[in-house]
Amino acid sequence: MSLSWMAWTGPTAAFFIFIAICLVAMAVWERLVPGGSPRRGVLGIDTTRGDRLFISLLGSAFIFLAWLGFFGTPLWIPLGFAIAYGIVVFRWV
Amino acid sequence: MNDRTANPRAWWFVLPVLVLVAFNALIPLMTVVNYSVQETFGDNVFFWEGLKWFEQVLNSDRFHESFLRQLAFTGMILAIEVPLGIAVALSMPRKGPWVSVCLVLMALPLLIPWNVVGAMWNIFALPDIGLLGRMINGMGIDYNFTQQPVAAWLTTVLMDVWHWTSLVVLLAYAGLCSIPDAYYQAAKIDGASAWAVFRYIQLPKMKRVLTIAILLRFMDSFMIYTEPFVLTGGGPGNTTTFLSIDLVKIALGQFDLGPAAAMSLIYFLVVLLVCWIFYTLTMRNESQ
Repeated sequence: MSLSWMAWTGPTAAFFIFIAICLVAMAVWERLVPGGSPRRGVLGIDTTRGDRLFISLLGSAFIFLAWLGFFGTPLWIPLGFAIAYGIVVFRWV
Repeated sequence: MNDRTANPRAWWFVLPVLVLVAFNALIPLMTVVNYSVQETFGDNVFFWEGLKWFEQVLNSDRFHESFLRQLAFTGMILAIEVPLGIAVALSMPRKGPWVSVCLVLMALPLLIPWNVVGAMWNIFALPDIGLLGRMINGMGIDYNFTQQPVAAWLTTVLMDVWHWTSLVVLLAYAGLCSIPDAYYQAAKIDGASAWAVFRYIQLPKMKRVLTIAILLRFMDSFMIYTEPFVLTGGGPGNTTTFLSIDLVKIALGQFDLGPAAAMSLIYFLVVLLVCWIFYTLTMRNESQ
């Protein structure tokens, strides 16, 4: 089966591999500590680990888009912001 | 919960859905991500462009304008359809033979295919032969939705209100029907005004269905394509070119797959964000 129509590139493949690794890591984490550690964080809603991953990824996407729109490439600085944001989300949301 | 009693083999029954989702959502989405960083002139030959298309779309006036147009349209139809829907639901009978008549009448516009709605309104509003267009012009008002941006907007909004207010009505009506009579009796004993009944009994009881109604109407109107495409084709000029119409113009009209892919990913992220906000609000309401 030829996948040429999907026009794969190294960086986009790496991106999806990263997402896949995140999901596998979440599955392993769930195996080790079942229940998803639900809690009510600063947003006032009940979140589980999966919710926090979703909020981190979605927020990071907007951090990158905002940086790209206002300042352009390279994206190392927003990468730092996104990681910091992810840590904050997993810690307090 | 004891997970020993659960049968893990049940997960295999999810497999068909997984395959289906993979083929109709996941693989196309991955392809769009791949397209968004490349340029192509056809023949499956692609050239790496990095994040150029994202930068271009984020800084393009064309995208900003269609995004603002989209927000304005969605805001307008929500501002009309939600209060109107509640008002119609409040005035509908709760008992008796007229209930079914009203429900069927309300459901009718929802059953009409979107392109047919567009075609209907196109003919209905034509200034020379359409019933509505002819009537407005007959009253001495210059109205031509194929040439005047304001008229085109009015017609598009009116069409959407005609097509979709029923959805809000039906949801609000379902919410109203779930209120037990005891609430109304208590209100009557207390001598509550009609406004107080609405504000403190009916509105709180409708809150949940209204959140769903607003979410559905937001999403549908934010992704609207067929009806304005058939009615105005995005014109006159590009005054009614909403996001999805613009996207199709870029992707299929100009065959700019890279910019179109970048734009659709940004569009997708905005939709995802709004969905998440609504979901969060609903969850907050329920936990309170």
